[in-house]
Amino acid sequence: MAGSAPQFLLHHDGDSVAVAVMDLLPGSVNGAALKGGTKYTFDLLAACPLGHKFAAVEIKNGEDIIKYGVRVGVATADIKVGEYVHVHNMRSARWQLSRA
Amino acid sequence: MAIKPRLTGYRRPDGMVGIRNHVVILPVDDLSNAAAEAVSKVVPGTMALPHAYGRLQFGADLELTFQTLIGTGKNPNVAAVIVIGIEPNWTNKVVEGIKLSGKPVFGIAIEGQGDLKVIEQASRVAQAFLQDASEIEREPVQYGDMILSIKCGESDTTSGLGACPTTSEAVDRWVEAGGTVFFGETSELTGGEYLIADRCIDDACRLAFQTTYDKYMEVIESTGANLLGSQPTQGNIAGGLSTIEEKAMGNIAKTGSVPVVGVLAPAQEPDKNKPGLYFMDTSSAAAECITLMAAAGAAIHLFPTGQGNVIGNPIEPVIKLTANPKTVATMGEHIDLDVSGLLRLDYELPEAGDRLMTVIDRTINGRLTAAESLGHREFTFTKLYISA
Repeated sequence: MAGSAPQFLLHHDGDSVAVAVMDLLPGSVNGAALKGGTKYTFDLLAACPLGHKFAAVEIKNGEDIIKYGVRVGVATADIKVGEYVHVHNMRSARWQLSRA
Repeated sequence: MAIKPRLTGYRRPDGMVGIRNHVVILPVDDLSNAAAEAVSKVVPGTMALPHAYGRLQFGADLELTFQTLIGTGKNPNVAAVIVIGIEPNWTNKVVEGIKLSGKPVFGIAIEGQGDLKVIEQASRVAQAFLQDASEIEREPVQYGDMILSIKCGESDTTSGLGACPTTSEAVDRWVEAGGTVFFGETSELTGGEYLIADRCIDDACRLAFQTTYDKYMEVIESTGANLLGSQPTQGNIAGGLSTIEEKAMGNIAKTGSVPVVGVLAPAQEPDKNKPGLYFMDTSSAAAECITLMAAAGAAIHLFPTGQGNVIGNPIEPVIKLTANPKTVATMGEHIDLDVSGLLRLDYELPEAGDRLMTVIDRTINGRLTAAESLGHREFTFTKLYISA
């Protein structure tokens, strides 16, 4: 990666998911927190397109998924650090029938 | 910062301030669309607003249609209105409602004379209205004189990272300058509605918000649909949004940090003596939401998008902004402001806000938005229930 443009961003330090801000392939990726500016490096386990998420921490099945510093859903499977996170392994905590 | 003498707009007889000077041909009902559109062809500087409803509605659903029609006519971006309906009673009701704004209004009904005679009479008046409107001069205005509305669409995670927080900057600056802002999208607050409740200025406002939100949810849940497959939309999911809560957080990220001063019913005008940020009970469908906000007097709209929405409105200019570099590359003709630099950390939010204010200022002063230049005039009524 040339220059300092991040490959992913976290809304807040402590969020459990990061957002790819360019199309990412598996491997080492560098990014930062929007608020706070902390730098992070992760080993991405699967391709993650721009705008999609991967886990910044290990998340157990049933645990809250935190983004913007608040709960935005619940894990429906154990999720490893660097694993792609979307409707296949998280669901709404509000609407129980939401796609799981 | 509050006074920007270089901004100009149209001060209407009722004190409302607009940024466009349309002469509108307004059909009361679907049957009158053909005559209204014919008049706009005979007098090409006018604009017809065809729509799908206005017959055999009743109760609250009918009242909302009247309010939408009357509010559209009263909107300060409109200089004068020709109202055409199939029969005289409802036509007159719309005419009388718009007349309260003090602007020129002419109504005519089709029954008893047919389209062709109506088109001729209406065209003669439309011509006079248009020539008169062309002499109305722009005057110095400021943000505090006008209503800004906001609603996002085709959202993705870049909306919450860039386009929505940039919109927040504008909301805060607008309200600090003494202006009024509308936000809505009742169902899309789900999962973050407590954050809006916390920002309500007092208990009465909070109760009104909570009641409105709960009622909308009851309507949705009573269908048993649970919005499965609708919220988030397929476009949202393709863009990386996984749940309604995640979408709600991006949605709320555009509402600024100022308190919520009031709760409005669909298309309801705010209290002129109480400027600030208002929540309006609306659908999250873009065209319905903006139509209702314009009918409540909004003069200019900010529309953050992720995957790329193409929305416009016939009378209220819609400024679209995105932080998604792919959308900028593939749908650039629909985008008024590219803030994808936020994702590259090229600049920070205050600068993105400055860039947005510059686009807003130019739009106020007459520069056409992408949607205006491409002829996007989505005018869509909210139906509360089936017609009789």
